[in-house]
Amino acid sequence: MNSKAKAQAIFKDNLQSFFFILPAFAIFCVFYIYPFLNMIFLSFHEWRGIGPMHFIGLQNYKELMGDNLWWDSMVHAGYITLIALTFQNALAFALALACDREIRMKRFYRVVFFIPPVLSEVVVGLVWNWILNPEMQNGQNIGFLNHLLYTSGFPQMVHNWLGDPKTALTVIAIVHSWKGFGWGFIMLLAGLQTIDKQFYEAAKVDGANAWETFTNVTIPMMLPVITVVVILTILGSMQVFVLILSMVNEGLVNHTDVPVTRILSSMTETNRFGYACAEAVIFGMILVGVSFIMKKLSDKVKQA
Amino acid sequence: MHKLLTLCSCLILVVFAGCSQPPQPSNKILLWHWMTDRDGTFQKLAQQYQKETGVEVTIQLFAPSDSYSQKIIAAAQANVLPDIYGILDKKFIVADFIKAGLVTDLTDEMNANDTAWAKSLFDKALADNRFEAGNTYGIKPGIYGVPIDVTNEQMLYNKKLLAKAGITTVPRTYKEFIMDSQALKRVGITPFVSGWGELWMLNCFSSNYAFNIMGEEKVFATYRGQVKYTDPDWIKVLKIFADLRDKGVLIDGIVTKGNKYAEQDFALERAAFAFNGSWCVNVYHDMNPNLDYGVFSPAPISTEYPLKIWGGAGSSFVVNAGSPNKDKAIAFLKWLTAKKQQVVLARETNNLPSNREALSAVSVILAEFSMGMDQSTHPSIWPVNEDPLVLEAFEKGIQAIIIGEKTPEQVGQDVQKVKDRQMAAKRN
Repeated sequence: MNSKAKAQAIFKDNLQSFFFILPAFAIFCVFYIYPFLNMIFLSFHEWRGIGPMHFIGLQNYKELMGDNLWWDSMVHAGYITLIALTFQNALAFALALACDREIRMKRFYRVVFFIPPVLSEVVVGLVWNWILNPEMQNGQNIGFLNHLLYTSGFPQMVHNWLGDPKTALTVIAIVHSWKGFGWGFIMLLAGLQTIDKQFYEAAKVDGANAWETFTNVTIPMMLPVITVVVILTILGSMQVFVLILSMVNEGLVNHTDVPVTRILSSMTETNRFGYACAEAVIFGMILVGVSFIMKKLSDKVKQA
Repeated sequence: MHKLLTLCSCLILVVFAGCSQPPQPSNKILLWHWMTDRDGTFQKLAQQYQKETGVEVTIQLFAPSDSYSQKIIAAAQANVLPDIYGILDKKFIVADFIKAGLVTDLTDEMNANDTAWAKSLFDKALADNRFEAGNTYGIKPGIYGVPIDVTNEQMLYNKKLLAKAGITTVPRTYKEFIMDSQALKRVGITPFVSGWGELWMLNCFSSNYAFNIMGEEKVFATYRGQVKYTDPDWIKVLKIFADLRDKGVLIDGIVTKGNKYAEQDFALERAAFAFNGSWCVNVYHDMNPNLDYGVFSPAPISTEYPLKIWGGAGSSFVVNAGSPNKDKAIAFLKWLTAKKQQVVLARETNNLPSNREALSAVSVILAEFSMGMDQSTHPSIWPVNEDPLVLEAFEKGIQAIIIGEKTPEQVGQDVQKVKDRQMAAKRN
C-alpha cells in the first residue's frame, strides 16, 4: 500500500470514528456546552427570564462580591462539607474496614448501609422532619427524637432542633452525612478489597501492629480512592439543597442558606436570572478550584 | 465512504424534519395547568366540552407550581406555549409576557353583549387580571386573564378545641385573640399554626396588620420610598410578631413550617387557630373529613383603618396570543367560567367559584370564606409593589423576631438599609 492510500485509509478511519461519536458530541454540546456558555453570557445581563435583556457588564459580579448573604451561604456550605468530610467519611471508612473483615452477615450490613443513599432527598427530609418535630400534643412530644429524649430521662435536652440557629445547620449537616455515608462506604470498601493481602502478611512478618499496618499499608494503598471520595464529598456537600428545602422550606432566616438555595431564590423569588447566573458562575469556579487544590494535595501526599 | 455519506444525509434529514411548520388552526386546544387537586374535574369537563362542541381540549398537568412556573418561562423563550396557560408569577412578569406578545387582550370579549362575561365574574378576581390606564408596567389598559376561581386568606378556628377552653365566640379584636390563645394554652392546646416557612404567607399576615395600623396609603408610600421602615407604625407591625412569640401563641417551629405541615397540624387538631387560604377547605376535607371548624377575619389591632385580607383570583388562565386556535380557546374559557361548569368545579374541588352566580352552590364553610371577599386586596392590584429584595429582608426579619434573634427595631433598621440600597440602585 503506497503512502497516499495509507493516508486515505487513516483519514477514512478517523472520519468513521468521528461520525460514531457525533451523536454523543452533539448531545453534549446541546445539553452541556451551550447552556454553560449561555449561563456565562446571561451573567452579564439584567434579565427577568422573559422580555428584553439589558447588558450590564460586570455589574452582577460586582454586586455579588459585596453580597454578605451569598458569602454567608458559602460559609454554611463549607460547614456542611467539613462535617461531611470528617463525620461522614470517618464513619464510612470505619464501617468499610469492619465489613472488609470476615464477619457474620457482611452482605446484610452492606445492603443496610447503602439504603440511605438510594432514598430520595425529599423522602429523607420528610422522615427527619418527623423525627425532629418540636411540637407537642396533649402534653406529649410528637417528634421521635424529643419523645425519646423525654422518655429516657433527658427532658432538658428536648429542643426545637431545626428552629434554633445554633443547631439547625449542624442537624442538616448530620442528616446529609447520614444520607451520604453509604457512597463513601461502598467506594472505600471496594478500594480495601483491591489491596493485595500479601502486604498485610509482610507487615505481620515485620512485626507491625494493627495501627502501624493501618498507617503504613492501608492508608497509602487507599490514597487514590480516598482522594476520589473526598472530592466527591466536597462536590456533593457544597451542592446540597433539596434536603434543606424539604427540612426547613425557605430557610431559617438566612442561617440555613447555601449557594444553591441563594441561586434558586434569585431566580424564583426575585426573578433576577442574570444575577443567578453570576452566582452560578462564581460557585462553579469555586468548586473547580477546590477540586483542583484537592487533586494537587493528594498528588503531593502520594509523592511524599 | 458511501455509507458515511448516507449516514450524513440521514442526520441532515432528521434535523430538518425536526424543524416544525408554523402551527395551523385545528379543532384541538391544549391547556397547561398546575392544579393537582382539580385535574380530574378539568379532564371530566374537557370530555363534556368535546361532546357538546366537538372541540378536543387536552388538559396537561405540570406540578408542583414552582416547576410549572419554570416550564412556562422556558416555553415562552422557545415560543412553544400552549393555547391556554396560567402565569403563576408577579404582576411585572405577567406584564413581560404581555409585552412579549404571548397573551391575548380579552377586553373586547369581556365587554361584548353589554359586558356579560365580565359581569358574571367577581370584580376582585377580574381586577387581578386587569391593567388599569396609566399602569406603571406600560401595558395597554385591558383584561388579559380569566379567573377560574377566587380565593382569600383568613383565620380558621377549631370549634371543638375552642369549646374545650371555654371560648364561645371567635375573637373580634387582637386583644381578644391573645386572651383566647392564653385560655387555650392553659388547657394544653397550641393556639396558632400557619405555614410561615413559606415566606409569602408571612408577608400576607403582616400586610393585613400593616393596612390596619397605618392604612393603605402609608403602606404604598413606604413602597415608594417616602416612609421609612423605622417609622413607629412599621415597628408596631413588627411588634405583633414579638408579642405572638412572647405570649406563646405560635406553634413550635412555625418559621420553618411549610403550609402542607401547617394544614396537617390544624386538620389533626394540634392547634386551635390557623391562618390559611380558602383552598384549605379541600385539603382539610381530605385530611380529616370530620374536622369541625369555622372561618373568621384576622382580629384587628386598631380601629383607625380597616384590616384588609389578601384575596382575589385564585387561579387564572390566559390565552396565547400566537395561538392559531385563539377563538376556540376563548370560547372554552367562557364555557368553563359559566355558572353550570363553575358549580361543578366548586362542588368537586371545594374552591370558591369565580362566577358569582355559582356561589349559591358552595358549602357553608366556603360561603363563610366568600364573605371576606369584600375586604380583600392583593399585591397584583396595588398601584405599587415592594422591591423583591426588600420584601425578602422584611420577611426574613420577621422570622428573626419570632426566633428571638432580633428586636422589631433592629429589623426595621435592617430592612430600611436594604430599601435605601435598592432606591439608590434604581436612581443610578
